[in-house]
Amino acid sequence: MTTQKPGGWIEQALAEHDEHHEHDEPAQREGQVSDREQQVLDRIDKARRRRPKVREERITMSHGAGGKATHTLIEAVFLDAFRNPLLEPLEDAATLQAGSARVALTTDSYVVSPLFFPGGDIGELAINGTVNDLAVSGATPRYLSAGFILEEGFPVADLNRIAESMRDAAAAAGVQIVTGDTKVVQRGKADGCYINTAGVGVFERDITLGVAHARPGDAIIVSGPIGDHGVTIMLARGELDIEADLQSDTAPLNGLVAGLLDRAPGVRALRDATRGGVATILNEIAKSADVGVLVSEDDIPVRPEVRGAAELLGIDPMYVACEGRLVVVVDGDQADEALAALRAHPLGTQASVIGHVTDGPPGLVHLKTAFGGTRIVDLLVGDPLPRIC
Amino acid sequence: MRFVDEFRDADKAHALSAKIAALCEPGRQYKFMEVCGGHTHTIYKHGLEDYLPESVQLVHGPGCPVCVIPMGRVDDAMHLAAQDDVIMTSFGDMMRVPGSRGSFFDAKAAGTDIRMVYSPLDSLKIARNNPDKRVVFMAIGFETTAPSTAMTIMRAAAEGLENFSIFCNHVTIIPAIKAILDSPDLRLDGFIGPGHVSTVIGCRPYEFIAADYGKPVVVAGFEPLDILQSIYMLMLQLSEGRSEIENQYARVVPWDGNPVALKVIGETMQLRPYFEWRGLGFISHSALSVREQYAKFDAELLFDVPGVRVADPKACQCGEVLKGVLKPWECKVFGTACTPETPIGTCMVSPEGACAAYYNYGRMNRNRVAEVTIGSRP
Repeated sequence: MTTQKPGGWIEQALAEHDEHHEHDEPAQREGQVSDREQQVLDRIDKARRRRPKVREERITMSHGAGGKATHTLIEAVFLDAFRNPLLEPLEDAATLQAGSARVALTTDSYVVSPLFFPGGDIGELAINGTVNDLAVSGATPRYLSAGFILEEGFPVADLNRIAESMRDAAAAAGVQIVTGDTKVVQRGKADGCYINTAGVGVFERDITLGVAHARPGDAIIVSGPIGDHGVTIMLARGELDIEADLQSDTAPLNGLVAGLLDRAPGVRALRDATRGGVATILNEIAKSADVGVLVSEDDIPVRPEVRGAAELLGIDPMYVACEGRLVVVVDGDQADEALAALRAHPLGTQASVIGHVTDGPPGLVHLKTAFGGTRIVDLLVGDPLPRIC
Repeated sequence: MRFVDEFRDADKAHALSAKIAALCEPGRQYKFMEVCGGHTHTIYKHGLEDYLPESVQLVHGPGCPVCVIPMGRVDDAMHLAAQDDVIMTSFGDMMRVPGSRGSFFDAKAAGTDIRMVYSPLDSLKIARNNPDKRVVFMAIGFETTAPSTAMTIMRAAAEGLENFSIFCNHVTIIPAIKAILDSPDLRLDGFIGPGHVSTVIGCRPYEFIAADYGKPVVVAGFEPLDILQSIYMLMLQLSEGRSEIENQYARVVPWDGNPVALKVIGETMQLRPYFEWRGLGFISHSALSVREQYAKFDAELLFDVPGVRVADPKACQCGEVLKGVLKPWECKVFGTACTPETPIGTCMVSPEGACAAYYNYGRMNRNRVAEVTIGSRP
């Protein structure tokens, strides 16, 4: 049997490692274990703050999952190419000055499969998703565009159904679809129907929200049970032979946000938890504001059906997508006010304070587990993968 | 949620924690190995170490199915996947494991037909639905997953499927435990025995650990209270001067295992003379291959498998981590060159790998837990 050396990417990773760490003090074998561990933790923190680099030669599914690989791709490719002060905050929507008006602009593409699922369809998702990206910037969503990429052979009846559902969702959210585009590609070049929507919102309040504004002492609230959408979609794909009475939580959040901002002006940041789930947002808060975040598993609302399915699959609901859930960062003194405002709205009846911003280790999210232990909650690399046993 | 919450009860955990602390002899250090990666995952995911006195340490063992697959085997699988008309099917865990030229995910992105399945029976379905393709299942795992591979082979035979085969990488747990016991650089006080493997093989195969090596074993379940109780049972054995095999997971593990599962494994698979384990090297009689009677389902015979051994990168210390000699963070490249995003070693890939569990869940200084969780609460 011959023996080969492993490929070039490993050597490259190791060479970079040496370059950055050649001056590191070697961890003292004799020292206190916790001191040595702390040295390693500090070194990792340093490594994580380095400029991200895409190592893969090709795009993999992980790059679209909303986790670490997505962040790396965005920062290393797009932010690098397009860098400007409006883009740099990497919020859900950009805030712009258009004449005398302050407006928010956002765009999002929808490729969900299946196109129709319990609780919604791709059309409703395409409206609500963009409305929510505008709403969480603090703007009032007004106008949307809709672009369609259709596969040859796609049933017109389905397209009608999607268009009607978009019409209804736009009416419910109080926005108008004012421009659009249609492209058709050959059979096999797309999966039925993809939709892109962009949206414009107008700032009616003099506020600037952003996760970078989070400070120690702030409360973190979610507006309802998490993970409904992601688990519904996983089950709707029919690959798992699990059945549960679950619906996507897709909903426009602009009403909920307006009620919240009216009563709790101390709101510092809003996010809607989509791909990557609540865990990803908590990490974005910790990273952008350079603060610690501490949440309590007991306080995070999760429906029993979602928890059950997630347990069976070995995935964590904290990483599962939602399509109608807000994560709120609010001045700790106004936490009760904010909670009351959310609970007064039909979409926020199960809102819950899940934790706080802390002056703990910056950039890290800690979780007090229901079992009573402590762990960190990191970004996932890609999609949560089911465990084998 | 029933059957889950009662095994995660914080009050019971506090009570067990106090009982464990009471059994600690002053000045003595205790080191227990949890053999199974599922246990490692539970320990970190629930923050179980917060309940242990400083003198009780958990050492992570080799029982992570993905972690023990050597690079050469991944390359072989990629080679199979790249053959004409082949659909490679694999558990999700395996998708990110790096071979010398990247992972299944990378190959998939480059156009190779690799599909993630939840059960080997899903691979059979793919084979039935694609009669003009050759479907290969990347079979991995200990005795836990071997029976489902065995049943799949038997079902394929019964259906007369001509386009299905398995690339068999099943390994057996006892030789790995033995290798660890014989390793000179590790002193252990006992083992938290692998629960799911034991549902198949039972508790008897561990008797040599107590009889020949004088170490206690407690076969444990996978909820955090199961593990805490098992640690208590190990401490109790030590304090009473016993070394026995005990079964904490009796609600699932029969003492004699599952004879039906063992029978189907025996019917379809046989021990290989030797097999390479990632980081542990070649271990004799430690893995399974497809029996001759089922040769038409053995991808290693149907295809020309290169079988080239790939040396682990020098900087990678997965072997030491798998043997429990090093803690994950003691590896030279841990968290800097080797991360879940760009794993060099397999221990960083699987959620059951010790490095991934530590990086994703445990990357914190336990001595500072109080500071982190209480210090700045408003």
